[in-house]
Amino acid sequence: MTSRSQARLGRSILLHLFLTPLALVWLFPLWMMVVFSTMPDNGIFSPGIELLPHDSFLDNVANLQRGTNFIGAIGISVSVAVTYTVLSVLLTSMAGWALARYDFHGKGAVVAIIFGTITLPYAVVLIPQFIMVARDFGLANTWIALIVPPLFNSLGVLFMRQAFSMMPAELFDAARVEGVKEWRIFLFVALPLARPMLAALAIILFLASWNNYLWPLLINSQPGAMTAPVALGTLVGLTKVSWGGIMAGAVMLTVPMLIVFVLLQRHFIAGIAAGAVK
Amino acid sequence: MRTQNATAYRFLTPYLLIFAIFWIWPIISSFLISFQATRTVPWRFAPAFNWGRLIGDPAFYNALKNTLLILVIQVPVMIALAIVMAVLLNSPLLKARGLYRFAFFAPVVVGEVAYSAVFRLMFSLDFGIVNKLLESVGLEKIDWFSNVTPAMAVIMIAVTWRWAGYNAIIILAGLQSIPEDVYEAATLDRVSKLKQFFYITLPLLKPVIVFCAVLSIIGTMQLFTEPFLITERGGPGGGTETLGLLLYRQGFRSLNFGYASAVAYTMAGLAIAITLVQLWLTREPK
Repeated sequence: MTSRSQARLGRSILLHLFLTPLALVWLFPLWMMVVFSTMPDNGIFSPGIELLPHDSFLDNVANLQRGTNFIGAIGISVSVAVTYTVLSVLLTSMAGWALARYDFHGKGAVVAIIFGTITLPYAVVLIPQFIMVARDFGLANTWIALIVPPLFNSLGVLFMRQAFSMMPAELFDAARVEGVKEWRIFLFVALPLARPMLAALAIILFLASWNNYLWPLLINSQPGAMTAPVALGTLVGLTKVSWGGIMAGAVMLTVPMLIVFVLLQRHFIAGIAAGAVK
Repeated sequence: MRTQNATAYRFLTPYLLIFAIFWIWPIISSFLISFQATRTVPWRFAPAFNWGRLIGDPAFYNALKNTLLILVIQVPVMIALAIVMAVLLNSPLLKARGLYRFAFFAPVVVGEVAYSAVFRLMFSLDFGIVNKLLESVGLEKIDWFSNVTPAMAVIMIAVTWRWAGYNAIIILAGLQSIPEDVYEAATLDRVSKLKQFFYITLPLLKPVIVFCAVLSIIGTMQLFTEPFLITERGGPGGGTETLGLLLYRQGFRSLNFGYASAVAYTMAGLAIAITLVQLWLTREPK
């Protein structure tokens, strides 16, 4: 073996010796979430160290369901996240298309306002949004309250504007010469070409809606109208509560997303990285 | 591009309506509300009412101090860790890359409530796995949630766990956009890997790192769920109360919208200051 390949081997071993414990530490909370969700409560409170799953997951789900209608809340969360994702992808890709592909009066102002306010903290709009939706519109504890206000998110607009402006103009001009209407060009030429970007955007938006906590906590606080994270949050901190049940809820919120993440990792990472690298 | 006002606005209007109603108007409205006394009916204009109270409120300074303390410690540690993760994940020597990526990136999909619940359980005094592990190696167990310092530490650990991989994804994308030939030249000149990292990689990554830092600062500044759920409403005794939690308590527990709006605009002011620093740090050299 040459000295260079020996040095390479040494560096490789060092790399794995450092990264493996770090990766295990990073996986530990997720692993423990799964382990806790399968343990009976008296197991969680026992003095021994338990690092392997047991078989009480379904009992824990039943315990959880006794404390709050979690399955119902999951139903609300799924419906809201799907509806929000479809609407948001549609609205933001239409807006992104207009900003990328047409010249119009006020375009500079629209872009400047979107960019100028994008780093403002969400906390700033929380109170007026709440007053408007709950008091002025009387929509607290409805699906509209969960779905519509978060549609303001402008990241999708910037993302889709970027995607559409990278496409060659000839693609669309050819269709225009044939007399195809603009909305048909958007629907049947531009959107299919943007499929990978749409997938990345949809995943990020779905995840954001699925995990959203603060707004649903404020606006849909009635038991029958709660999303799953809010319903689970009401149990955290109660004194007489089944921790196995809470962990089973956490698993039901998390594991489906982990599976989606593994299957669609490329789109996930594209969606997250898109914010930074232009 | 031809000027096509009608067509463009047909595509743009649905989004712009939502954007104006649920983002632009609330930004203005929140500013106006912060100058009103909102616990009388009707609300009345009283410019010094909330802001005057804010300046003299020990609870505000406590929340500001806690928020800044978390920012100053947690963000640099997390960004450094994210850089290390990204650089090592990018190494051509790494085997089973997919497994390592999964380990570091998985927390990105975990919701705030789910992970807050797990951390709370892991760090509980008598039956938490962390204390059990500490005792099993002969260390004293720690009462994480009854004292301010360990309670703050748990919040910082939790946030770092949740977001380090997210930042590593962004930094990794930045790393992969650095052309290979930059390193080839340096390797031919026998520049060590470590020197290459400090003199080539880091300077080229600066805009991405600054971007991550700004995102993280603005995110951490609004920290709410972790002190709400992990340390039980900012406990012990307000020791982990953040600006986000103060806003929640004032706005939605005491229904004091005016004062809560003043707190919100303090956060906005901090965010604007941070953004200006970012623009200055990443300005194009003349």
